[in-house]
Amino acid sequence: MSLNDLIFLLPELILLLAAAAIFILDLIGRRPDDPDTLMRPAKPWLSYVALGGLAAAALGLLPGVGQTRQVAAMLAADPFAIFFKALAILGVALVIAAALPYMRTRTPYVGEFYALLLVSAAAICLVVSAANLIMLYLAMEFLSITSYVLAGYFREDRKSGEAAIKYFLYGATASAVMLYGMSLLYGATGTTDLAGIAQALGQRGRADLLWLGGPAIILLLVGFGFKASLVPFHQWAPDTYEGAPTPVTAFLSTASKAAGFAILIRVFLSALPDLQPLWVALLALVSVLTMTLGNLTAIRQTNIKRMLAFSSIAQAGYILIGVAAVAAESGATAGPFDGINGVLIYLFAYLVTNVGAFAVVIAVENRSGKVEIKDYAGLIRRAPWLAVALFIFLLSLAGIPPTAGFVGKLFVFGAAVRAAMIPLAVIGALNVVVSAFYYLNVVRVMFFVPPEPDAEPVVVARPLQATVLLTGALTLLIGLLPGWLIQWADQSVRLLAWR
Amino acid sequence: MTSSLLTVITFVPLLGAILTLFPWGRWLGIDKDREERLIKNGATAISLLPLGLALMLAAQYNPSAPGFQFEIKVPWITALNVHYHLGVDGLSVPLVFLTTLLTTLGLWYSAQTIKTRVREFFFLFLLLEMGMIGVFVSLDLVLFYVFWELGLVPMYLLIGVWGQPKDRPQYSAIKFFLYTMAGSVLMLLAIIGIYLSVGTFDIVEAARLKPFADNFTLASLAFWAFFIAFAIKVPSWPFHTWLPDAHTAAPTAGSVILAGILLKLGAYGILRINLPIFPQAFKAYGLIVVILGVISIVYGALVSLAQWDLKRLIAYSSVSHMGYVMLGAGAAALAIGAQEWTDSGVMALNGAALTMFNHGISTGALFFLVGVIYERAHLRDLKMFGGLSNKLPYYYGLFAVTAFTSLGLPGLAGFWGEFFVFRGAFDIVRIWAAIGVIGIVLTAAYILWKVVQYVFLGQYDPHKIKHWTDPTTGAEGHEPTDVARFEKITLWPLVFFMVLVGIFPAVLLNYFNAAFLALLTSLAGK
Repeated sequence: MSLNDLIFLLPELILLLAAAAIFILDLIGRRPDDPDTLMRPAKPWLSYVALGGLAAAALGLLPGVGQTRQVAAMLAADPFAIFFKALAILGVALVIAAALPYMRTRTPYVGEFYALLLVSAAAICLVVSAANLIMLYLAMEFLSITSYVLAGYFREDRKSGEAAIKYFLYGATASAVMLYGMSLLYGATGTTDLAGIAQALGQRGRADLLWLGGPAIILLLVGFGFKASLVPFHQWAPDTYEGAPTPVTAFLSTASKAAGFAILIRVFLSALPDLQPLWVALLALVSVLTMTLGNLTAIRQTNIKRMLAFSSIAQAGYILIGVAAVAAESGATAGPFDGINGVLIYLFAYLVTNVGAFAVVIAVENRSGKVEIKDYAGLIRRAPWLAVALFIFLLSLAGIPPTAGFVGKLFVFGAAVRAAMIPLAVIGALNVVVSAFYYLNVVRVMFFVPPEPDAEPVVVARPLQATVLLTGALTLLIGLLPGWLIQWADQSVRLLAWR
Repeated sequence: MTSSLLTVITFVPLLGAILTLFPWGRWLGIDKDREERLIKNGATAISLLPLGLALMLAAQYNPSAPGFQFEIKVPWITALNVHYHLGVDGLSVPLVFLTTLLTTLGLWYSAQTIKTRVREFFFLFLLLEMGMIGVFVSLDLVLFYVFWELGLVPMYLLIGVWGQPKDRPQYSAIKFFLYTMAGSVLMLLAIIGIYLSVGTFDIVEAARLKPFADNFTLASLAFWAFFIAFAIKVPSWPFHTWLPDAHTAAPTAGSVILAGILLKLGAYGILRINLPIFPQAFKAYGLIVVILGVISIVYGALVSLAQWDLKRLIAYSSVSHMGYVMLGAGAAALAIGAQEWTDSGVMALNGAALTMFNHGISTGALFFLVGVIYERAHLRDLKMFGGLSNKLPYYYGLFAVTAFTSLGLPGLAGFWGEFFVFRGAFDIVRIWAAIGVIGIVLTAAYILWKVVQYVFLGQYDPHKIKHWTDPTTGAEGHEPTDVARFEKITLWPLVFFMVLVGIFPAVLLNYFNAAFLALLTSLAGK
């Protein structure tokens, strides 16, 4: 590794530096001998340091744009990784902006919160560019451990603690199982490099591939599926999403989930291309299970965070359609419905939409402390713009044009039809109808049910307003003028050591 | 101007919708009452603009020129070859006009009757107009789909928020939404299929290239995906169960738009997409469509006959009337490629399109008329009325003309649609057309017996309904008041068209005939 290669690590380095800066700046003025200074709320401008760090990290992505190479033997610098890094940075920035008023009223320890979010953004950057099983495992653990801490951030709150411990127990098991899968791959091929694994497996016979690759795929999917909350590795998600601080839920359901998809795509495509028929069948099955179970369970939910948790499980199912329908041939002949580009478009659209939806949940929760769907009664009277924004986000989640979610669904369903997976496409389409039912249930409560007599108007803090406005505008922009996103996603379907 | 006219017609309502959102009260320093009146009158006034432009469109449209006119085609999503492609032919011009007309009348009527959440109502109503016009002028499947879904959302809210509480509006609204959505997601898959087959989302191009020409199974799948989406909207038996709930629960103007326009979207889709793009599949399954149409005609009429709720009765009558459209479309599909049936096929299509227009006018008027009596009596139970012909002679007159149009009395608009459908279908599917004719008898039965006799004839009993409201003043009285001025203004334009088309159907046939003749001839050539 030459020193010049460090330029590809700029985003990670900037994020870690900014996190360290926040840790230190937060400590300035606090003296161990004076408890008052210890409990003093964090300086409000720390959040802007965090946002500045994220902006700098986004700029740090620029030198790597368009390049495809292996850095330090462990990391891939390719357009695919850049896309996901940008996604993570955007997601964390939106979450921090949404979290500003929420965290301030709930805990004095705000500085570490921002720092931890920055660290997890750095972890996602490493996960999505890992080109080696060792690096992959380390990065996944890095992301998991910061996420556990974030989920349990309100240590006085039992639900938050439960969220963290559940997440941790499931996560520890899943990562152990995944590690076992990795050891199988290493044992079979003698290398931990993803491209090397593909090469070694390519020289094996069909029977060997099946016996070695089959179990390895399933075991790896446990780890990836845990991050992406795919059924049947999703059981942690509802409780964790419900109990965790709402901004953390927004983070876990978007940026962290995207990381799970990124690594799933990278490993399956670049290390296991010879096993494609096998994992395509498996992923199609998991996709059907994920969207159907997620949607059917979401119908019964009365807590909006829990409803959005199951909805986010179902969304993962739709996204997986795109992976299962990946084009075996090269992108040039597959046309616009390539599969992977659909996943990228969907993930971007979903991130913007879901963070927006959670921003509205945060706004309502911050004002009233309530997270039941029935507490949204008459929101159109109490906070018209918030209700309209949530309406747009829910339409987008349901995939109704002209919103971002429609474009995402168009591309993943398009990939399924192109791959002649008609039953998968039809099951997905019918699931969309089921999902419309519970999304519109929230709309019904907001628009049709009169507000409780004692319900107050919802006043929204500025940074949160900005988040809602920005995500809402992006949701509509992607729905009306998706050209730039499609183009970006098409260019980002270039992975190191694939095709 | 010619290329941007359709864009202007489509998006002026959006502009109007956005204008209703501004805080006019604060800006102009007027109180809430006057602000609401401003929004009401402003929205109605703005809707006159698309109406006038639609008239201009109809006047400038040249029926004898082939193909689409007023076309505009600019790239929208280049990666997918999606274009912003608008254009009209003889089928869409009258429907665009119908949409703008009914919207203006609906807004005018609502301006006098809607009391709650005024700003939202007028915002949604104008948004709805944009969605509906958009469907009629789109020549790109993605654009078509976007407008198709755009119309869904405002109507959902209109039913849910302004529906009568006792009609279960929330249930009806979600039912309406989910039924349509179930059809449209399948349609989306079929749209993708067309693109993957012929590489374009363009409706005109797709009709020329005939997707899945070599694979009948896939063509059938795509055909049925579209057909079910449209049949739900039409609605054809057995997909009709959302309709009585939605129509009954919706506020008056909402019911008018639902029956007058939204049902036509489905029929329009069958004629615009199923017939030109999948002629082979449509021909193969034409008989099924005919049978569905005939079942809808007879079943809808029988169920109407059994209703005691006036609004529900009219809702079911829509199922029956739209059955004629299905019958005409199915018969025309069976005529594809058969030289001796071309004339009959064109006639069946003319009849279908005439029925679409006339049903929009007459059922729109019927729902307004139900609104008129409901505003006064606050109920719609047929058993509670009787003898109103003496009390409300003006109302009786308007109602009689509309009801006779609906049952197809010669000399009024409704007759021509049914006449042409049966004239065409009788040649092609004789037995089914003969069964369908029963529907005309049943229609006469429920209109004359159930509606006219129960509401207007007989003795007026002052003890049945003790409190009558005057819709203009809101005052309670023991005697019903006859049609108010704003209601006359709402209804006279519709009555005018019933009579005009009734004695001079050529005003519409000019548009339809050339378009359908060209369509069937081009399909026969394939």
